[in-house]
Amino acid sequence: MSILQVRELVAGYEPGLSIVKGASIYAAEAEIVVILGPNGAGKSSLIKAIAGLVTITGGQVLLDGVDITKVPAHLKIRAGLAFVPQTDNIFPLMTVAENLAVAAGILPRAQTAARIDEVFVSFPDLARQRALMAGSLSGGQRQMLAVARALIVRPRVLMLDEPSAGLSPKLVEQVFAQLCDIRQAGLTIVLVEQNARAALAIGDRAYVLVEGREAHEGPARTLWNDPILADLYLGQRRHAS
Amino acid sequence: MTLQFLLDGLIAGSMIGLGAIGVTLTYSILRFSNFAHGDFMAWGAYAALAVVGVLGGSTPMGPLSFGLPLLLAMVAAMGLTALLALALDALLFARLRARGQSIIVVMASFGASMALRSLLEFLFTSQPTYFSRAIQMAQPVGFGMRITADQGALLILTLVLVTGMHLFVQRSRRGREMRAYSQNPALAQVVGIDVAAVVRATWVIGAALACASGVMVGVLVQIRPLMGLDLLLPIFAAAILGGIGSVPGAVLGGLIIGLSEAAAVQFVGAEWRAAVAFVILMAVLLVRPMGLFGVAER
Repeated sequence: MSILQVRELVAGYEPGLSIVKGASIYAAEAEIVVILGPNGAGKSSLIKAIAGLVTITGGQVLLDGVDITKVPAHLKIRAGLAFVPQTDNIFPLMTVAENLAVAAGILPRAQTAARIDEVFVSFPDLARQRALMAGSLSGGQRQMLAVARALIVRPRVLMLDEPSAGLSPKLVEQVFAQLCDIRQAGLTIVLVEQNARAALAIGDRAYVLVEGREAHEGPARTLWNDPILADLYLGQRRHAS
Repeated sequence: MTLQFLLDGLIAGSMIGLGAIGVTLTYSILRFSNFAHGDFMAWGAYAALAVVGVLGGSTPMGPLSFGLPLLLAMVAAMGLTALLALALDALLFARLRARGQSIIVVMASFGASMALRSLLEFLFTSQPTYFSRAIQMAQPVGFGMRITADQGALLILTLVLVTGMHLFVQRSRRGREMRAYSQNPALAQVVGIDVAAVVRATWVIGAALACASGVMVGVLVQIRPLMGLDLLLPIFAAAILGGIGSVPGAVLGGLIIGLSEAAAVQFVGAEWRAAVAFVILMAVLLVRPMGLFGVAER
């Protein structure tokens, strides 16, 4: 059963200039859905629009069957939709613990401390650095903090925008292994990635986005060897049958 | 040589620092320089004066020139000034902020400043007025320095307000949200922070502290429609010197400006007092634009 459903979404940063042009995707429970595509395909804009950071001018976003298209960005996390941006995804002048506390602010006060402690158990590296300014963390640690911060409210769906960007191959492996663990816990993950090989290795299904809409959908494991992927990246085929 | 200028500078710096907190918060969270902030001080002082009048005057308490009614009036005036700031935001600034051009908002704050000042002159005339006309005797406190009871009380009030404000920003949930929003507005929304609530808190805190500062000026000096305009440059200099976004920085900046002005009066001449804030502002912008506690833009 699909938890997240996006139907014919149209979105953009300026009136009359759509970046996302009728994209439709879905994600089922405990599924990792990978969104790939060439530069400028609208991948980041699509998940930012779903998260409420880009203006939606058409289409629908449903979470558990509830229409959240017009729900403001700050209320989407309360509905169960978490988003980790590609860059600037932590508050650098706050400590690690404060970064988690500010995200836990939407929980009842009685649960806040317990949830932060739970996250520190899941992310022991962060626990050791709880008093450090987040801006002093390494790239991998920042990404871990961003993911931990998104998970603290126990969302239904976690969307990540290029979590491997700027990380070494070893760190990419660590981050993606963490995402697999998170999926094992029953969370649905929507992953926008440029690192197609690494993302497809952990994904269940994949979409290839071209010019603001999905051009192909299929099983993630077989897509890497499918010639359609290269074709769509190179722009030779616009729409798969 | 007398060290009285240190005490005078500390007192002036307290009032400047309280005003600078609002400026620094508005700039770091709402992303614009609010030139109407000084007028919140004047409106706050006049609001307190009006409330004291309704309460039937302020009978002096001990050695002070004011009593409990003025303190109650100040609390009420802080609320009224906060309402004024919220109304101004709803009617003017919020609409212009939505267009995303901060320079338009800055220019609008100039206009709002002139309108607020003119309205005060219309309502209360441009003649100075006072909370009390009683003359206080300054008491010696050592090293050749003297202080009046009012000055001592207002220094304590400043300490209480600044400490409370610091604890609020550092420890409270709303304070954390304000800091988070000032660092990254988009991410703040993603983590569930209600932007409208943060904006309201910023106006309420800034305006309330501006009012407290205005009442202090009114108690120690006089109340005039132009009192906020006179303090605008020192307040901005203090906010920039301390580092935009830093509450302790704004207070420290205020104390440095106040002490520098007092030192200029003592050692150079009273006519140079107003130039000091300008010189410090220029020096900070040239040497360390991010200020004492500020962080360079990434």
